[in-house]
Amino acid sequence: MSFISYLITGISLGSVYAIIALGYTMVYGIAKMLNFAHGDVIMVGGYVVFVAVSNMGVNPYVALLISMATCTILGVTIERVAYKPLRGTSPLAVLITAIGVSYLLQNLALLIFGADTKAFTSVVNVPNLELFDGQLTISGVTIVTVIACIIIMAVLTLFVKKTKAGRAMQAVSEDRGAAQLMGINVNGTIALTFAIGSALAAVAGVLLCSAYPSLTPYTGSMPGIKAFVAAVFGGIGSIPGAMIGGILLGIIENLSKAYISSQLSDAIVFGVLIIVLLVRPTGILGKNIQEKV
Amino acid sequence: MKMKKLLSLVLTAAMTATLLAGCGNAEGSADVATTTDGSAVFKIGAIGPTTGSAAVYGTAVMNGAQIAVDEINAAGGINGMQIELNCQDDECDAEKSVNAYNTLTDWGMQALVGTTTSGCCVAVAAEAAADNTFLLTPSGSAVECIAYDNAFRVCFSDPNQGIASAQYIGQNGIASKVAVIYDSSDVYSSGIYEKFAAEAANQGIEIVAAEAFTADNKTDFSVQIQKAKDAGAELVFLPIYYTEASLILAQADQAGFKPMFFGCDGLDGILGVENFDITLAEDVMLLTPFAADAQDELTKKFVATYNEKFGETPNQFAADAYDAVYIIKAAAEKAGLAAGMSPSDVCDALVPVMTEITVDGLTGEGMTWSADGEPSKAPKAVKIKDGVYTAM
Repeated sequence: MSFISYLITGISLGSVYAIIALGYTMVYGIAKMLNFAHGDVIMVGGYVVFVAVSNMGVNPYVALLISMATCTILGVTIERVAYKPLRGTSPLAVLITAIGVSYLLQNLALLIFGADTKAFTSVVNVPNLELFDGQLTISGVTIVTVIACIIIMAVLTLFVKKTKAGRAMQAVSEDRGAAQLMGINVNGTIALTFAIGSALAAVAGVLLCSAYPSLTPYTGSMPGIKAFVAAVFGGIGSIPGAMIGGILLGIIENLSKAYISSQLSDAIVFGVLIIVLLVRPTGILGKNIQEKV
Repeated sequence: MKMKKLLSLVLTAAMTATLLAGCGNAEGSADVATTTDGSAVFKIGAIGPTTGSAAVYGTAVMNGAQIAVDEINAAGGINGMQIELNCQDDECDAEKSVNAYNTLTDWGMQALVGTTTSGCCVAVAAEAAADNTFLLTPSGSAVECIAYDNAFRVCFSDPNQGIASAQYIGQNGIASKVAVIYDSSDVYSSGIYEKFAAEAANQGIEIVAAEAFTADNKTDFSVQIQKAKDAGAELVFLPIYYTEASLILAQADQAGFKPMFFGCDGLDGILGVENFDITLAEDVMLLTPFAADAQDELTKKFVATYNEKFGETPNQFAADAYDAVYIIKAAAEKAGLAAGMSPSDVCDALVPVMTEITVDGLTGEGMTWSADGEPSKAPKAVKIKDGVYTAM
């Protein structure tokens, strides 16, 4: 019974990683850059909801929408100000800029909200589910997180496959130059990707803070890094890959905590990244692109 | 090209000069130990986290020390010297704590009340020992905090807390199956855990689960809680700080796990966590030398003053800091300190008399110190009832 319980909390944790990893993977797939500030957009999403609900008494669901809107604007602004001018330069320059943006966001939060841990009031009001005469308790947050992850995944896949904007994303991802020649607005498509990724980060932030109700300026950094591992694990650039990578990572983390050592779980998670990179550099669902000679 | 080289040389020379000038100023200011109106002062520094994850502790220490300083100054000071208190924030980060210590040294600090948390204190203690500055930590409970001859503490050490907790649980028959959740990356937490585990065997307490977490992974406790639940623990021992404890209480409640909880002084402050549902902390027990509802005159007066000045009930850390200032006063009077002594001379004078003084404070009556810096006093346990700490 406890195994099932570990598995379920692992899936729940993994679902949060998966939602964050979607942001990483989409941006990588289309802009070919690692947006290391993504984890901190999660933190901003968390703070927006915290301020709206605790200080202004806004309805939690409205607060979630406000948070998504704020993060969308933030994501697009970051892209315009920090990344767009560097498009076409060395990928290293963009990577370093992304790390710079990450520190900027963390320190702004430190300045505005202080370093004190805020106890986040859970946005989710779903009661706990008790199975087998109370032997197995699944918390409401866990259920909502997993369902939210599945819905986001399905909607996103449909969006990319069926809509015009989605197909434009696919085209830009495959060949940016050719897509532009075909009349696709490349800058607009990249901005849209950042918008979607950041809105997802807001959702992930709220789910993360609801499950683990503590909010600090560094809340986003560790889940952000783990979600990046998940994206690489699943195959960076692939949407279903991010989902599988995230959930597997959550399960690995929780089971290694439960059965190997609660201290070593992080080491095992990052060990998995190293093994994946050695054995299958493109990840589980990553495309193996042959170098053309 | 030559011009550039010359320019860089000049700039380097200028930088070196300002660097040296900075040193000279710092030494100079240490000698000037008078207030603006010319009366003699004694400079006490305090370090603790007033922001960050342990902000409740640092703020309490600053407030407690301030009350003691105000009282002493109003009553004529130490040997006629008015106390000047300078409080620095370290965010519970060892590196920032050393920076704070250096700031205070430059300011001319003659004795240090600090630092508040163990990890920082270990780092600062080494610096203070090298400078020969007198260090009295109100609440740094790790063994290493007072490893040097110049360092003393007001609170119990971690081994003492671990042993006392196990004895308290065993002798009062509170529980026989105990789970422990501790922070393996923190000296305070792992120090208490080790001694608790050793003493638990003598007390007939079975440790059914010992689960750790680390500083990088301290928000998700679902697995640790589940393991404690599966092991059939009647009581969960939490030798950790209150921020993580508040998360554990909330997640245990989510998991439908309702054991007894027992902690050490690190849990003190849990009722002050912003937005925390304090009904979750009902019946939590903690070992602390100070209970705000105690009926002795000293405690009543201190609690009333603290409430009036800062609008809240003081915790153990405030009491430790209050006592720390009075301990320095007692030692300084015994040693006959005079104005204008260098920090090193102050330290040389205070260290030998520390083992001779006896102080009646908020955190214990007839407190005495051994040469290795440990206090001798009796522990008390409190239980949270209806959102307030109540003596057990």
